[in-house]
Amino acid sequence: MTVIEVHQLQKRYGDTVAVDGVSFAVEAGEIFGILGPNGAGKTTTVECLAGLRTPDGGSVRVLGRDPRDRALRSLVGVQLQESRLPEKMTVREALELWSAFYPDPADWRELVADLGLSGKVGERFGRLSGGQQQRLSIALALLGNPRVAILDELTTGLDPRARRDTWELIEAVRDRGVTLVLVTHFMAEAERLCDRLAFLDAGAVVAVDTPVGLVARVGAARRIRFRPSVPVDDRLLTELAEVDEVRRHGAQLEVVGRGDVLQAVTATLAAHRIIAHDLRVEQGGLDDAFVSLTGRREVR
Amino acid sequence: MMSVLVRLTRSELRLFLREPALVFFTLAFPSILIVILGSVAAFREPRADLGGLRVVDLYASIATILTVAMLAFQVAPMVLATYRERGILRRLATTPARPVVLMGAQLVTNLLTAVVSVALLLGVARLVFDVPLPREIPGFLVAFLLTVGAAAAIGLVIAALAPSGKTANTAGTLLFFPAMFFAGLWTPRELLPELLRRVGDFTPLGAGERAVQAAMTGSWPEWTSLTVLLAYMVVFGLAAARMFRWE
Repeated sequence: MTVIEVHQLQKRYGDTVAVDGVSFAVEAGEIFGILGPNGAGKTTTVECLAGLRTPDGGSVRVLGRDPRDRALRSLVGVQLQESRLPEKMTVREALELWSAFYPDPADWRELVADLGLSGKVGERFGRLSGGQQQRLSIALALLGNPRVAILDELTTGLDPRARRDTWELIEAVRDRGVTLVLVTHFMAEAERLCDRLAFLDAGAVVAVDTPVGLVARVGAARRIRFRPSVPVDDRLLTELAEVDEVRRHGAQLEVVGRGDVLQAVTATLAAHRIIAHDLRVEQGGLDDAFVSLTGRREVR
Repeated sequence: MMSVLVRLTRSELRLFLREPALVFFTLAFPSILIVILGSVAAFREPRADLGGLRVVDLYASIATILTVAMLAFQVAPMVLATYRERGILRRLATTPARPVVLMGAQLVTNLLTAVVSVALLLGVARLVFDVPLPREIPGFLVAFLLTVGAAAAIGLVIAALAPSGKTANTAGTLLFFPAMFFAGLWTPRELLPELLRRVGDFTPLGAGERAVQAAMTGSWPEWTSLTVLLAYMVVFGLAAARMFRWE
């Protein structure tokens, strides 16, 4: 079942075109990621999904309804970027207040325990760390037992430990049948959590696929780095069919290739009695796929 | 929806009570002002130019208007603009609760605060300085509520235009001083020169003070005052409704 359908979405702010013909569909029970550099139109797209903005063109359907339909408010949980609470409102007060908004709220104590905030329920919002505020914001988005949750910049500002805990919570939420849309610029997060991803760039969708599919599209380049025990002539390696390129970084050699490139390089080195110190192999990942699909050097 | 308004109002009241400076100025200060002015012997003498009233009698009405002005011009716009600045109104728009209910809760909170503060100051004035309680009670309620309505509508326009809580508070304070001048905070209306008093009759707080003062001494407020208040309420209320941005 398709839960979210976006077709040729357009949104302008004055002369600036923020979103220019974005289309994608999100299936029930999926974790769907939206990735892209700043200004790619991610947040505008999400705001249209949440019913906060009216599209200039195209159509958006969430659970078969117009996102501005108020009936969706109790079915869709939204965590917005840069949305705060009153400084002196405590965690418990915020959760109890939000519970009163929804017809069938979740038990906030469980949510708070899953998010590692149990010890902070008496604390005022203004005294929480950035990461704790972020986790409270996630809890509020999930409090109404939504069928769809839209989370913008889920783990920005969280330390690595809290990030992992949040990922586990998101997976647990999905296991309950909730469809999730995540906006992120963390490749590791997208790779770990998302079933499918849309790459956005300059207001348009560059590609929609599974993380594995996106990586495969650009060909799985492998990168081998090592420090040879004796100087090596580049040609020794560039002559190999599996090798695309050899670069030097001081005493270190970087070999980019595909297929059985590692096998070929190590065999050649061994034949010339060269030892490869500090050998590391990197598999091309989403970062590489992103860079090559959008032609950008980095995500942010 | 009703229960959400009640929950939000309780929450707003709780947050208000956590701001000691706001609580002091809006709940205690008007009564303290009565006590301070009443301690001056000359202000407790009946004066012929005030129709036999004492200065302290006039300040019961003036302090009533002062309470409304602080809440409507300074507190409410600051809180609402801060809520917009912090994305709280936007966040609320993604839940089944409407952001306008939060605005309603904030206004109800300020109205309750004004009612308590005015009751307190009238009680203090009565007990300590024998200032009679309002003699024309329905007239007093009408004058008080219309003043609240007019001032709140103006405050909402400030909240609509101010980009942040800080600018809202600054704008409210800049408006507060001239508006309270015409309500007689520094020199009671009755002692102002004729021209200034005439001008003041058409300002929101000048009209409010005139209406409240009339009801205090037992007459129904002048229709001019009530009409002026109603006009401010309608015009600024509509302007606020048109201009208010939720994000």
